[in-house]
Amino acid sequence: MSPLWMVRRIGFYVLITLVLAFFAVPMLWLASAPFDSKPGLGLRWPDWTFSNVVATFEHPYALTSLVNSLVLCVVATVVTTVLAALAAYALSRVRIPGRDLLLYLLLLLSSVVTGTAAMVPIFVMMLQLGLINSQFGTALVIAGGMLPAAIFILKDFMDAVPRSYEESARVFGASPRQVLSHVVLPVARPGVATIFVWAFVNAWGNFLLPFLLLRDVGQQPAAVLLRTLYDEGGSANLTVIPVFSLLYSIPVVVLYLFVSKRYGFRFHGGIKS
Amino acid sequence: MASSLDSSGLGVRRAVGFVAPALVLIGVFLVFPALWTLYIGITNYQLTGPAAANPRVVGLDNVVEAVRDPLFTNSVWLTALFVLGSAVIGQNVLGFGLAWLLRAVRPWLRRTVEGLVLLSWILPGTVVAYLWFAVLSRDTGTLGLLLGSPETAWLVQYPMTSLIIFNVWRGTAFSMLLYTSALAAVPPSQLETARLVGASGWQTVRDVVFPHIRGHVLTNTLLISLWTANDFTPFLLTAGGPNHQSEVLPVLIYRQALESGQLGYASAMSILLLLGNLAIALVYLRLLRRRA
Repeated sequence: MSPLWMVRRIGFYVLITLVLAFFAVPMLWLASAPFDSKPGLGLRWPDWTFSNVVATFEHPYALTSLVNSLVLCVVATVVTTVLAALAAYALSRVRIPGRDLLLYLLLLLSSVVTGTAAMVPIFVMMLQLGLINSQFGTALVIAGGMLPAAIFILKDFMDAVPRSYEESARVFGASPRQVLSHVVLPVARPGVATIFVWAFVNAWGNFLLPFLLLRDVGQQPAAVLLRTLYDEGGSANLTVIPVFSLLYSIPVVVLYLFVSKRYGFRFHGGIKS
Repeated sequence: MASSLDSSGLGVRRAVGFVAPALVLIGVFLVFPALWTLYIGITNYQLTGPAAANPRVVGLDNVVEAVRDPLFTNSVWLTALFVLGSAVIGQNVLGFGLAWLLRAVRPWLRRTVEGLVLLSWILPGTVVAYLWFAVLSRDTGTLGLLLGSPETAWLVQYPMTSLIIFNVWRGTAFSMLLYTSALAAVPPSQLETARLVGASGWQTVRDVVFPHIRGHVLTNTLLISLWTANDFTPFLLTAGGPNHQSEVLPVLIYRQALESGQLGYASAMSILLLLGNLAIALVYLRLLRRRA
């Protein structure tokens, strides 16, 4: 063990520690502030209390907005996953005329047209359709934005399902619907699960579209309410914000833990090198 | 249509039926708005007032006005800085560095670091904004306490630097995941050879690893550039302020459209953003095709 080796070893661990601190320090607030009797925008050892939790549950819109988030997110995620799975399967198996062009355009669309770039027409369109403050309408807009990428990723997974499985199922007289539900979907399940989780995390955290399209506080999801808790009266409502942030984060954290335990958080193909 | 190719027995008609619902949704909520941006962008449409009822076509005046508008050029410059600093350099380098360093550490340490990096990626944007207020705010902020200068209001005095560092924290996970899977494809025998001939870490990365993952670097850089250029999270942290110093394009478009009510003018800026996205995407597709 030469001195140089020691120095490099120490340097290595100092570097890892710094990176760890960089990523961990901002998150500590989520553990301390919710249970502090005087929560502030800063980190300190909390003076433990549960009164903030009580105050949050008594807030007139806090729980409603979490329910709104759930409705919005479930509709958008289910619509995205189901429609993307059907489309990806058909595109993977049948040569529909113009399929390659369609796939090319989808890839282009998914990266070029973003909610940010199209926010003005989306707002105007929903305004004229009378769909401002409609949760279902907003969920469909979110789903429409996620679909091209979802179809694209899922098609890769569908392509990997061996065709011989379907052929044998058909030899035994399975209908196309049975082939899809009993053969293809079970085999492509990791792909469908990936899209489901990806869509859920995206829709759950989406701020811009609900912020644009849901103007009534009774319809707003947690993403938007958390923001307006800050604006009311000019200063942040720091009793409610930390606990509410924590509650709002729990679903994605649970989902993350589930995914990393079940599948491991890795890229399995899908990304072309 | 040769039915032998159709192993699923779907048939073209049913296949079209499977694809149609998705296409309808994409058409209504993505393609149509994108095309409509083009139209609104050449009118003087406004949210309120006389031009709201009867918008008039003004041609390319909006685009010309935007290019001459110091707020717009300022915003393009800030967006370029944001993309270059936080995505092309920040997330790319840190993401690769993490993927490279974490190969050699114990599994529990690796899982911890990866877990934290991933968490910073998937937490909702509004929550993350508060987390960073707690780091950067004046008087009580964690950074001020750590550096012993609590009187610094980081988001006000250094808005762009703060946003860039924030976005490195927020987005590095994707690059780390992508490079981790890319590094798994580098033949271990070549790494071993490099070690035996005494190559330094940097030499190994440059001469052995990089040639294998060039395609991944390209994919990664272009994707994170697109996402960063269209990211609305800066709005949550600084809302463009103070005095337009951190007003990246998505924030400028939002403020012009919904706060000033200039829908036509904001759409013209959206068109320019769309064109920027399109340029990046086409470069990417072209490079991808050349490699294939």
